[in-house]
Amino acid sequence: MLAMALALATTGGGYLLVLAIIVPVIGMLLSLVVGGRHAERIALALMPAGLGLSLAIAIEVWVTGQPLVYVLGGWTPPLGIALRADGFSAVMLVTAALVITAAGYFARVNFQTPPELPEKRAPLAFWTLLQGLWAALTVVFLGGDLFNLFVALELLTFSAVPLVCLDGRPETLAAALRYLLFALFGSVLYLLGTALLYGSYGTLDIALLAYRISAEPVVAPAVCVAAGLMTAGLLAKAALFPLHLWLPPAHANAPAAASAVLSALVVKASFFLIVRLWFDVMPGLASQAVTTVLATLGAAAILFGSVLALRQARLKLLVAYSTVAQIGYLFLMFPLVAGGHPWSAEAWNGGVMQTLSHAFAKAAMFLAAGLVAEQLGHDRIAELRGIGRAMPMTVFAFGLGGLSLMGLPPSGGFAAKWLLLQASVESGQWAWAVIMLAGGLLAGGYVYRVIAPALTSASVAVKAPASRSREAVALALALGAVLLGFAPLEFFDLLQIGRPVATVALQ
Amino acid sequence: MSASAATLAGLTGAALVGFGLYGLLTDPHPLRKILAFNILGSGVFLLFGIIARKGAAAGFAADPVPQAMVITGIVVAFSATALAVALLLRLFQETGRATLDPDAPAKAPDAGVDG
Amino acid sequence: MSVIQALDIGLALLVLAVAGWTIAAREAFASVVGYVAYGLLLSLVWVRLFAVDVALTEAAIGSGVTGVLLISAIVRLRRTEAPAAAERPGVLLRILAAALCTAVAAALAAVVLLMPDPGATLAPEAASHLGELGVGNPITAVLIAYRSFDTMLEKVVLILAMIGVWSLAPDRTWGGAAGPRRIARPEGALAFLAQLLPPLGVVVAIHIVWVGANEPGGAFQGGAILAAMALIVMMARLAEAPEIRRRWLRLALIAGPAMFLAIGVAGFVVPGSFLAYPAGWAKPLILFIEAFMTLSIAATLPMLVIGPPNRPPRT
Repeated sequence: MLAMALALATTGGGYLLVLAIIVPVIGMLLSLVVGGRHAERIALALMPAGLGLSLAIAIEVWVTGQPLVYVLGGWTPPLGIALRADGFSAVMLVTAALVITAAGYFARVNFQTPPELPEKRAPLAFWTLLQGLWAALTVVFLGGDLFNLFVALELLTFSAVPLVCLDGRPETLAAALRYLLFALFGSVLYLLGTALLYGSYGTLDIALLAYRISAEPVVAPAVCVAAGLMTAGLLAKAALFPLHLWLPPAHANAPAAASAVLSALVVKASFFLIVRLWFDVMPGLASQAVTTVLATLGAAAILFGSVLALRQARLKLLVAYSTVAQIGYLFLMFPLVAGGHPWSAEAWNGGVMQTLSHAFAKAAMFLAAGLVAEQLGHDRIAELRGIGRAMPMTVFAFGLGGLSLMGLPPSGGFAAKWLLLQASVESGQWAWAVIMLAGGLLAGGYVYRVIAPALTSASVAVKAPASRSREAVALALALGAVLLGFAPLEFFDLLQIGRPVATVALQ
Repeated sequence: MSASAATLAGLTGAALVGFGLYGLLTDPHPLRKILAFNILGSGVFLLFGIIARKGAAAGFAADPVPQAMVITGIVVAFSATALAVALLLRLFQETGRATLDPDAPAKAPDAGVDG
Repeated sequence: MSVIQALDIGLALLVLAVAGWTIAAREAFASVVGYVAYGLLLSLVWVRLFAVDVALTEAAIGSGVTGVLLISAIVRLRRTEAPAAAERPGVLLRILAAALCTAVAAALAAVVLLMPDPGATLAPEAASHLGELGVGNPITAVLIAYRSFDTMLEKVVLILAMIGVWSLAPDRTWGGAAGPRRIARPEGALAFLAQLLPPLGVVVAIHIVWVGANEPGGAFQGGAILAAMALIVMMARLAEAPEIRRRWLRLALIAGPAMFLAIGVAGFVVPGSFLAYPAGWAKPLILFIEAFMTLSIAATLPMLVIGPPNRPPRT
């Protein structure tokens, strides 16, 4: 088959995929050895390189109209491992690069090595872990082999967990341990699933597995069990209701830059793999029943997370519960994409757009919340009256992010919601449309809780004027979420590159 | 005959997964959860093992690819255990408790609690 | 039923019994000891599955090094057992959990019984390329050639776990000697063993790494033995744990993945593909990589076991 041959041979720009992975790895190893203040310099110096590589990959995918493939070591699957970048991978890579670069620049003030010390704990740990996290995300987005993706998930967990408790406070330690245990639970279920898939088909390469699974007339029970286990594990790591308990304390108590990266990117990595699993490896299994279950959990997450966000007393916890809710939106795309219907492409575009715009919006909101907490010394919502006058750019960034979360025009969130609503109406699945609109109202509620007091004309005591450049970083991310709303039609063509052509559901 | 040893190992693996999962879900002490996670992991590895044994071919007694995956998995599971234990010990050092309950009041650490 | 079958069944039952003991035991210390015994029994099961490399790794890392880690942890956490026991979930929740776990185990058992024999396998393909690599052990070929990217990533995972563990140190002790404070008093038997075993262990480890190209063995197993020797020496206070700020320690930690990366990148140039080996050079390069990997594993494993620094660096 031509498609199979294409998926197993290195393409022209394939070497870019390798470079995108090894640049942050080399940076991390170098930072550890050289140590001290050089760790920060190495990390910051390599960020433009990483950003450039991700853009180059996106352009290459766009220009050739085909996914990029790289066969590692010259050993073709099933024996060896391949890397693949389709449209979804490419835009996630660019988003990750932008958010990490922004978070890195923002965090320079928090994680500086003081001049009198050769090396300090938190800065060295932060800059090495950040690069490790970037490498892990890159492998997740580019990996073409399920066991390789398991190792990448572990890499991601080990980079993310220490970032949560980096400041050493006791509540962060408990939150980090809980996060780690949930993540390990998820990984081991995922690994169990890959064992069953290998046992059934003798390969873990995504393209080959898809081919072999679809070639069988009846779905093997082992595949069903594997799918269930892997999805359960990945849902725990993506913090979908009801497995979301670990997320709010972990994301709210981490340093601001870490929270931004965790909410924007790390939870999306598990979602990315669930999409890969259900739409690339076993699209035939994505029956109405399964996708409805996923979407119902998503709906519950939206309602539950939004209501809890409305009740929070602390700003960072509000933003963290908002993440729990917004992740629910991502799962609404499953029943709309499955089945290869005329509205599937629209729903796909909507789901991806939601992933990207939430990444930018949430990162902006966490950075803004971090600035507020630094300036006021606390993040109690009840005492935010009047900060709009003291830190206008910060509050504006928070507001723009909230705009995207609510799904108001012009923003990426609006574009995503519009596409998903259209798909849901065309497919006759009205329930999801109602849920999305309700979620938007609730999001408006909790954003209003923060913005309304902020814009009053009370005066508030701030410790020191906020650094303009850091406010600008938060604002830039928020503007990114808004600019996504202006994405041209060609952008959606990019997202469609590499999608399996027919997704016929087995009933 | 050796194939039945493989099936036996596979059933053992399935049971170990059940045991480990139960321990991970129900035991409140984090260290017991970590132990249960290790048992769960080893059960999963045994399932890889039966798949390897059933893949005996080309003169090998067992398919080498799953075996290599298990070796990688054992090392990864060890690093996970090390990180979890270090986190737990630090939590104990700071709060004097070993609990995942985030609402538990933090206690001042005793003097000399380390080592 | 033949003797071998009876032994197999006996071994399986024993493994399940010890695992059940580990989960159900009231005292955590008994549980940990049970786990170490469980690991050793599991190695026997792996031998019965004809996976000797895995058996060696399970005995050395899964049971051995993990056992040291868990025992040193439970000794310090003894006081926390009683308050934790008070948080046990109610009977109803435990029954629900048991039902869920039984269902999962039953589903897996059904899948195991339905598995075709012979099943899907990559053994013939793995065997066909052994000649051009010049390697006799197919597992080494999979780890360092066919799926070398997995192994390289896994070395990076080890380093990140190391950084994560170190990041848990208190600020003022950063850069100091790793591991907890302990009264320096080498006990008789331990000091004797620590003088006797390491030279032996080093020889055995090097042999296992060298032989791993053609027989069961390799970098992971040899590295784990070296790690065990280092741990014995540090536990007996014959040598101090290194300070984490030392450049040589950090270089030893990254040597494995760094060399792997270097050879991988060189693969771009000569054979034309990342992580590919030029024809005829595969075996020496594989041994070269394994040597550096052994060094890294021998450095990382003990440091992961003894934990973050607890004393400020000596000025």
